[in-house]
Amino acid sequence: MGQRDPPRAVVLMLTYITRRIAQSLMVLLAVSMISFVIFQFMGDPVLTLAGRYATQEQQEAVRHSLGLDRPLHVQYFTFIKNALHGDFGLSYVAQVPVMKLIFERLPATVELAATAMVMALLLGVSLGVISSLHPRSVSSRGIMTGSLLGISLPTFLIGILLILVFAVSLHILPSFGRGRVVSIVGKWRTGFLTLDGWRHLILPALTLGMYQLAVLIRLTRGGMLEALQEDYVRTAWAKGLSPRVVIFKHALRNVLIPVVTVAGLQMGELIAFSIVTESIFQWPGSGKLLLNAIYETDNPVIVAYVMIAAVIILSINILVDILYGVLNPRISYD
Amino acid sequence: MIKRLFHSRVLKHFLKDPLAIVGVLILFVMLIGAIFAPLIAPQNPYNPRELSLQDSLKPPLWMHGGESPFLLGADDQGRDILSTILYGCRTSFMVGFSVVILAGLLGVTIGLIAAFYGGVLDAITMRVADTLFSFSTTLMAMLLLGIFKGGGIPLVILAIVIADWVRYARTMRGSTLAVKQEDYVEAARAIGSHNVRIMFRHILPNAIPPILVVAAVDFGAAVMLEATLSFLGVGVPINEPSLGMMIASGKNYIYAGMWWLTAFPGISLIAIVLGVNLLADWLREEINPRLKRG
Repeated sequence: MGQRDPPRAVVLMLTYITRRIAQSLMVLLAVSMISFVIFQFMGDPVLTLAGRYATQEQQEAVRHSLGLDRPLHVQYFTFIKNALHGDFGLSYVAQVPVMKLIFERLPATVELAATAMVMALLLGVSLGVISSLHPRSVSSRGIMTGSLLGISLPTFLIGILLILVFAVSLHILPSFGRGRVVSIVGKWRTGFLTLDGWRHLILPALTLGMYQLAVLIRLTRGGMLEALQEDYVRTAWAKGLSPRVVIFKHALRNVLIPVVTVAGLQMGELIAFSIVTESIFQWPGSGKLLLNAIYETDNPVIVAYVMIAAVIILSINILVDILYGVLNPRISYD
Repeated sequence: MIKRLFHSRVLKHFLKDPLAIVGVLILFVMLIGAIFAPLIAPQNPYNPRELSLQDSLKPPLWMHGGESPFLLGADDQGRDILSTILYGCRTSFMVGFSVVILAGLLGVTIGLIAAFYGGVLDAITMRVADTLFSFSTTLMAMLLLGIFKGGGIPLVILAIVIADWVRYARTMRGSTLAVKQEDYVEAARAIGSHNVRIMFRHILPNAIPPILVVAAVDFGAAVMLEATLSFLGVGVPINEPSLGMMIASGKNYIYAGMWWLTAFPGISLIAIVLGVNLLADWLREEINPRLKRG
């Protein structure tokens, strides 16, 4: 082996990642096939579009214009070909390209979800560590009781409770919409740059992040309680290392592995609950769009949403796998 | 049998855990209320003949304008809140128990078989399970119900089961892999026991304890999921009782200060889920004594 050859670990990791990407592509293909087939069973869009009083001929014309009269496999291949070009067709209801509809709403959802997740990670890990250091203290018990509540409270109730307290009773925070948004690059309109935008973001982000926060507290605490009893941590204490080094470098680093995995696996949950949150706070994001599409049987919107959600979830999973290796060099990618 | 239970370690530990006792008490009261709803409830809120729009939005009894028998007030249709909650809890418990039993059976069987035989079967099953898991139970159930509409409570249960069996399968697979290596399994194999016998007589009973914890947590999750789906309008149909739907229809009235439409069903839902979670916490520590609650 020459000097310039990349180290074996890097090669292994690259092969591993390539394999994961290939697997994810297969999953995507499966998802596309399943959603395509399932939508054949859904309500006939022709009736919705042509109207109840349309004649047979008018119905056939609509069916033909949507390509719904062609054989199933032809429809599927057209669907895949177009999807690869980012074309999921026109929304049955709005008669606008689906991707345009979704991309208009995506920034609102991404900003909401990112704020919620960052908050949950930062607060969750710190509160988890704090409550593991003196597990029997009053503050630890308080944190644990709070986290139990966070897990037992359904997201929609948290949202309503926050509205009741901060919007209806105290009148200090708004309870619907995004507030003032500013256009930045292209179509991306952000609420991060205005005070009004932040004020509107607080309640929805708290609502969305609360469950993840509670999960991460419990996970961090559980892991820390076990790690603090391990020999290598005792050794570190015995060596006279400072508490900061022992807690963060020796104990927490090992605990973070499951924490990161779970946080990554929560991505699907985060997307699911962003739908709930957007519905409560009238947040103009993609989740709200999906719900309306479900109510109105707007199939192309639902399919596109599912595919985009799948791509996001699978990419995050791959990223988490890579992060795994960074956090713990002992994990091999054989 | 009963004597053995009373002297058992498990019961002693249970009686020492006040939170677990509180959890069981809450669940017991709610369950009794749900089962005997038709006898206890002052009104059958789903019989239109018993409703009167004149009663609509009546506040709770102790507030100004409250009127008997509307102990917790009435909703916009004139339905007694307490009665509707009792009926709604029936749906919650029905969904909870059905999901735990069906998803449990399905997941345990799949996990057991996959881990026992290993190989390609295991690899494929676990890839499917991983994928379903990362798509989240809530999202899956929501999409399934968004696609297949109008199937009532059984469809809601089915959608949750399809999305949910994975939890059991993964746990079962893990414990089967561990138990498979034990000497007594080797011994059973050596005396020529059939594979099915080994799986169900030797491995299953020893791999069950972690499944109990999953089942307890899952019960709460299923109850919460049904409420969430119904809240969004994709769950239980509008003419069936559901705590989630009560909260959704009451939500519009909180701005007008009519909090009782959402507060009481909300509290009931939390009580069920909290009760189950307290029980699950205790069960988890009982099975894995290394995790001591602070």
